[in-house]
Amino acid sequence: MRVPLSWLGEYVDLPADATAESVMDDLVRVGFEEERAHRFDVSGPLVVGQVLEYVAEAQDNGKTIRWCQVQVAPTGEKAADGGESIRGIVCGASNFEVGDKVVVSLPGAVLPGDFKISARSTYGHISDGMIASGRELNFSDDHDGILRLATLGLDPNVGTDAIELLGLSDSAAEINVLPDRGYCLSIRGVGREYSHATGSEYRDPAGNAQPVHGEGFSLEIKDSLPIRGRKTSQSFVLRTVNGIDATRPTPTWMRARLKLAGMRSISLAVDITNYVMLELGQPVHAYDLDKIKGGFVIRRAAKGEALKTLDGQERKLHEEDLLITDESGPIGMAGVMGGASTEVSASTTNVLIEAAHFDGISIARSARRHKLFSEASKRYERGVDPRIGQLAAARVIQLLEVHAGGVAGTLGASYEDFDQATEIFLPMEFASSLVGVNYSGEEIEKVLREIGSEFSNVENGWSVKVPSWRPDLLHKSDLVEEIARITGYERIPARLPVAPPGKGLTRKQQFRTAVLNSLAASGCVEVLSYPFVSSSANDLFGNSAEAVSLANPIQEEASQLRLTLIPGLIETAKRNLSRGLTDLAIYEHGSIFIATKKLIPEFPETNSRPTKKQLADLESGIPSQPGYVGGLFIGSRPGSGTKSVVSGIGDAFEAARIVASAVGVELALVQSKPKGFHPGRSGDLMVNGVKVGIVGELSPAISKVKDLPRTVGVFELNLDELIAQAPKGVVAKPIGTLPAATQDLSLVVKQDIPAGDVLASVREGAGELLEEISLTDDYRGANIPEGTKSLTFALRFRAMDRTLTQAEASQARDNGVELAKQRFNAEIRS
Amino acid sequence: MSLSESIQPAAVDKTVAEAIAHIQSANSIAELKKAKGIILGDGSALAALSAQLGKLPADQKAEAGKLVGSARAKVSEAFELREQQLGEQEEAKLLEQEAIDVTALPRLSRSGARHPLSLLQEKISDVFVGMGWEIAEGPEVESEWFNFDALNFDADHPARAMQDTFFVEPADQKLVLRTHTSPVQVRSMLEREVPIYVLCPGRVFRTDELDATHTPVFHQVEGLAVDKGLSMADLRGTLEHFARIMFGEEAKIRLRPSFFPFTEPSAELDVWHPGAKGGPRWVEWGGCGMVNPNVLIACGIDPEVYSGFAFGMGIERTLMFRNEVSDMHDMVEGDVRFSSQFGMVL
Repeated sequence: MRVPLSWLGEYVDLPADATAESVMDDLVRVGFEEERAHRFDVSGPLVVGQVLEYVAEAQDNGKTIRWCQVQVAPTGEKAADGGESIRGIVCGASNFEVGDKVVVSLPGAVLPGDFKISARSTYGHISDGMIASGRELNFSDDHDGILRLATLGLDPNVGTDAIELLGLSDSAAEINVLPDRGYCLSIRGVGREYSHATGSEYRDPAGNAQPVHGEGFSLEIKDSLPIRGRKTSQSFVLRTVNGIDATRPTPTWMRARLKLAGMRSISLAVDITNYVMLELGQPVHAYDLDKIKGGFVIRRAAKGEALKTLDGQERKLHEEDLLITDESGPIGMAGVMGGASTEVSASTTNVLIEAAHFDGISIARSARRHKLFSEASKRYERGVDPRIGQLAAARVIQLLEVHAGGVAGTLGASYEDFDQATEIFLPMEFASSLVGVNYSGEEIEKVLREIGSEFSNVENGWSVKVPSWRPDLLHKSDLVEEIARITGYERIPARLPVAPPGKGLTRKQQFRTAVLNSLAASGCVEVLSYPFVSSSANDLFGNSAEAVSLANPIQEEASQLRLTLIPGLIETAKRNLSRGLTDLAIYEHGSIFIATKKLIPEFPETNSRPTKKQLADLESGIPSQPGYVGGLFIGSRPGSGTKSVVSGIGDAFEAARIVASAVGVELALVQSKPKGFHPGRSGDLMVNGVKVGIVGELSPAISKVKDLPRTVGVFELNLDELIAQAPKGVVAKPIGTLPAATQDLSLVVKQDIPAGDVLASVREGAGELLEEISLTDDYRGANIPEGTKSLTFALRFRAMDRTLTQAEASQARDNGVELAKQRFNAEIRS
Repeated sequence: MSLSESIQPAAVDKTVAEAIAHIQSANSIAELKKAKGIILGDGSALAALSAQLGKLPADQKAEAGKLVGSARAKVSEAFELREQQLGEQEEAKLLEQEAIDVTALPRLSRSGARHPLSLLQEKISDVFVGMGWEIAEGPEVESEWFNFDALNFDADHPARAMQDTFFVEPADQKLVLRTHTSPVQVRSMLEREVPIYVLCPGRVFRTDELDATHTPVFHQVEGLAVDKGLSMADLRGTLEHFARIMFGEEAKIRLRPSFFPFTEPSAELDVWHPGAKGGPRWVEWGGCGMVNPNVLIACGIDPEVYSGFAFGMGIERTLMFRNEVSDMHDMVEGDVRFSSQFGMVL
């Protein structure tokens, strides 16, 4: 909402030095958001001039200019810039005649866009000023020629200050009105709020005109489909004005205010309806009475009906659209936009004025459906004062009589079906207890009075009847907000509440932090990517789950939610590579999204707690969203000495192992061929026989398509599942302090036997005495049979109760070897 | 040559002198080890003397034994001394040889980092856990009932259209990407017993295009307290404590009237940022208010008995002005240089 200061000042006292900025500052205190100041940005000597003579001079560039002599001050007086009273001015326009009064910007004037006027040499003359167009003055959009004051109905004296004449010294404060304060989409509402903010005296503009009587016009409200059972209209006022001259210019002061308020001047009649809407918040529509056939029926659209709206668009109507119809059919979409067939034009002499109240929900739905967000629909959606219609119509009649020469007609109609005013019981101490400020009864009553409510003292409090323009005040806490904001939020003291003893982070939260910190400590960098991916990205890794799709994605090609973190990691890696960062170890934690059965939910009412069943039903329709952690490794990493090593599956598995160890579980890696991975360098990550993730190198084909190096190590773990597998607690074993016996063991097995399985069998066979076993070498080559490999393990044996002999250790080892032999034909390497 | 003649003091002295000279001439531990056999070994002159002792008459044995023993002791002492000297020399030489340019040490592992947005969420959580609050979480794809209906957003209220919501297909499932973390407040009120003091950090979504100050995917943290007798003073006190921990002791907060469907009264929250670049100033930080009674009712909490306050702020925005991040792109693009600046601390 843009509020011209001169307009606001008519209804509330502004300080003499008020600026758009100071007004915005004041309004912010009571709950508006500051947008910006608007000005005409015109200054300096800008005067009314009269063209005394001109010579048309054709130029080499094909243009014809006029070399004009313009009188800019009465004869014998100095001009506003101190210069002569008659000036030679070059003008490119040709829409004027000798004798026309025009606006002259004299040297020293500054026009919008910091356009400084000075005497300058042009087309062989010294042009001593400029004759301005409407647009050059920021006064209108008109740039077809210069502004002729006669077109505005003006005939001022030569030398008159044009800034004052055109109202160009005014400025406007633009504030954002929050959705609960519809009444502030008017000077009337903002004036009241300014009074709340500053204590200035407020005069309600609703009293500008006395209601005008009118009857005899047929009006019927026949709503076959009230939206959500709501009342279609609380008030509908129709009035007529006869004999207007629609061609008269809109008064300059009104044009200037409309311009500052952000509205274009269209024609006198339309400008007046817009002016009244801005002043009172009541949308008003003017019809050409002579184009209306019969009376009005207000009804919902029938199937297949259409309407050509004022903007020239043919609109197919929906059965929920509320229409204004006459005998010819629809002539307007109620509260949204009028129809073209009954539009006022230059030839209109008799007008029908409509000032109606409509249910906001109905209008909002129509506006959204037709993407037609008009000034009217914006106001209806946020709530128009149902009791202002009569006064708004009267104000329009008054302005049409004064400025268009019309006379109020006796024809009209009035429909009234007002809702009862909301009554709220406000207990005496409620505001103080909810805000924490000790408000006196006087303070509270002062606020209740200022917001326009009627109240009476009842036992232990007040019974408050809220004003008709405040449909947002429904509950006693709404009144508390009024009391708190108008007396000032700065009065609220600070007190730190004491929460009951908490249980700290949950097990899952602690694990997650441990995982993310461990990965960072191990040298990986955490990244965050958007969960939006293409369906082909989701399919890359052959996930059989169904993805969740968005109805309105930002990018059509990324309309699904991710089923895996890997595509996001790939994109992030690509971006880093493109910036010359070639050695990457990155990881991400976040949800993936798996569609569940598609249910059409029945939403519980919000007037009580939903039942367990209702909540369970709601939950069952929500997709499964487990937390995952994944990592990607590219390029080289530091190795031993100054050599570096190429990252690959080893790095990815190490990172996965770090994740598992942060959670307290041990991962087993089972060779497999997951889709999208290198078939020989990938595997499933298992815990207790449950698959919890995958690890490997990306399929080189994918790497190639994605412009990544051939070797890309990747892991992904279902962190929620991993945590579910974590031990509930650690039962500490005693630590043996007796000497250990260590042994090495090399076993030869066929190459396709997983080392992990061999290790597991040795461990199982060796039994309790084996404290630790690790793989130290995987040898393939000379001195062992073709097609085999030699796996070397380091073993450490220890007993709790005695010092082991080498013989005992050897026996345990041999037991392990025996089991490996049984299972995998393993032979001790000779 | 009589036996007694061969263990004359002079001869012993000579043997000792010769042995010591030999020891002194050794210039390395290796040479000294070699010399040890010659001087003290079986074939050495000292060994020969010892062998002769046994053959001496009993009355001479004591004196001659003393003589030989002291000779052996002198030689041994000289040997040990030389051994120590040579050892020190060689260690010194070794240390010199082992010296390296410590400024040229190679990296043995990568340097990792947390993302500052997740670190900031943890830091904020830590502040509130310290006050006895608990951390609550919820799904990112959420039912409209939790995201809107239960939060007093009427189906047709303009505020619902203001939220720039991502909708899930098909529309009749009424699922959205949550537009705020407030549905977690609803879930907390439904799942927990009053009094409730929870903090809800998490990722939220709005259909904004990515630019320097907007991103369709961002993070919020919201707080909710429901208890007997809570007022806006408790809200202000909590926020002031929080602000001081985040921005320093001089930080303070300012409330401005505002509108949110789920709070009444509602306020915008500004923080006085003492460490701001270019000098201390007020910065818009978030929104807050007293929980709207309709929200309490939808969650089965009697607003005549309990009251609550809630607040929320953007993590990205907080990071931007707290750590002088000037462009949203840096926070969402995953450039490892961005996270690496932070390492593991904010």
